[in-house]
Amino acid sequence: MKEYAYYPGCSLKAGSKHYEESLLPVFKAIGVPMKELDDWNCCGATAYFSVDESMAEAICGRNLSIAEQDGRDIIAPCAGCYLTMKKSNAFLGSSHAKAKKILTELKNAGCEYKGTVDVIHPVQLFTDDVGLDAIKAKVTNPLKGLKVASYYGCQLVRPYTDFDDPDYPTSMDALMEAMGAEAVDYPVKARCCGGSLAGVLDDVATGLNRVLLREAKRNGADVIVTLCPLCQFNLEMNQNKIIKKYKEDIKLPILYFTQLMGLALGIAREDLGFSRSVISLDTMWAKLSNGGAK
Amino acid sequence: MEIHRKIIFEGELDKNFLSEIKAKSYSEEINRCIQCGTCSSSCPMAEYMDYSPRKIIAMVKHGFKDDVLKSFTPWLCASCYSCQVRCPSQIKITDVMYCLRREAVEAGAYPSKMPVPALAQEMHKLIAKNGRNSELWLVVKMYLRLKDFIGPLKMAGTGIDLMRTGRLSLKMEKIKNTKQLHTLLKAVSEEAK
Repeated sequence: MKEYAYYPGCSLKAGSKHYEESLLPVFKAIGVPMKELDDWNCCGATAYFSVDESMAEAICGRNLSIAEQDGRDIIAPCAGCYLTMKKSNAFLGSSHAKAKKILTELKNAGCEYKGTVDVIHPVQLFTDDVGLDAIKAKVTNPLKGLKVASYYGCQLVRPYTDFDDPDYPTSMDALMEAMGAEAVDYPVKARCCGGSLAGVLDDVATGLNRVLLREAKRNGADVIVTLCPLCQFNLEMNQNKIIKKYKEDIKLPILYFTQLMGLALGIAREDLGFSRSVISLDTMWAKLSNGGAK
Repeated sequence: MEIHRKIIFEGELDKNFLSEIKAKSYSEEINRCIQCGTCSSSCPMAEYMDYSPRKIIAMVKHGFKDDVLKSFTPWLCASCYSCQVRCPSQIKITDVMYCLRREAVEAGAYPSKMPVPALAQEMHKLIAKNGRNSELWLVVKMYLRLKDFIGPLKMAGTGIDLMRTGRLSLKMEKIKNTKQLHTLLKAVSEEAK
């Protein structure tokens, strides 16, 4: 398999270290070669497009150019980075006059971009390129008895809808089932967690995440898996505030899908960043160690 | 208590606003809005907004420039794109919201006491300088800009949880080739003028 350029973005090097810590061994176990993009810059997230459009497109262009120089496609595990760079990639390839000007300035600054790079999310790579059967064949420790709610959030499935359904995506559920877990029905799986707004507006954080946690609990989930650092952060960090405000038992471990994949693929528990969970994982381990027997 | 006029006279509307926003958000489709309200009912943030997404689109169409640029609504858009994928007229509503944010920043009309525009502008400055975001420093800079000293106290619990699990970095992140980044950003911002 060809080598990919790993784009960690800011989160996977800071608050979401456990996403990187579980992603890298999973890629290794599946046999997908990947090397970190050299001297990558931040994608700008929602902030750059809120302030200056040309600059927002230009900083993404620089990342795309670095990947292009090595002839590699970009793997972006953060849904925010994924969408931002996918969006810029489409814009820079369009016929808008502004796109042409930005491409010229990229060239002048020594980072020419011809438009040959693809931006891919790991869930997409595992589903479409590697294939579930190939991954399933590598499972040595199936997650029998574990009920998992797959939470997709927004930016992987919207506005680009070519890879999965924008309202009721199923790719990560299928991936969890291939790992031997039981995927519970989770109708709010693509409803927004508030993104960066939840970090600064308390009422938004508790209001939106309460619905997501309550529905997972109601459907019998032992754990919620996420594919985006902001989703993981919001769902995990707001639990105490929600319990205090609404007096509801919504406590649930919030993991990255790669952490559970790693377990199923036989990677040691210590090497998958589980110690970074703020929520106790005891009930989950109990479920797994007895093979699902109640 | 002061009493102010609550309606706007036709002569005060900005007749060019619609065409400006259409061009700057690449959304010719705004004209096709049928005011069905699918956007507002899809929006997880609508209940917090001063004008719902449906109303904002109507206000853009009819030139309520001042009210739109002062509104909280664009800054309460979480970029979830639910409205955009569901709009029967295929209006790129999220992109319109981004465009309205930029226009509000340029006009200096954005709600300056609100944390969202403060966060966006501080993040913009941080990345333009260093090429990378540093989560902790971004939050510090945002609160300094807002002169809000109670906000950080409310985040103390989260900070302790992050520190306990080794997820809080004090480092100011930076790319190696900042020179290239600065050259590029200077060139594109001058080009835009």
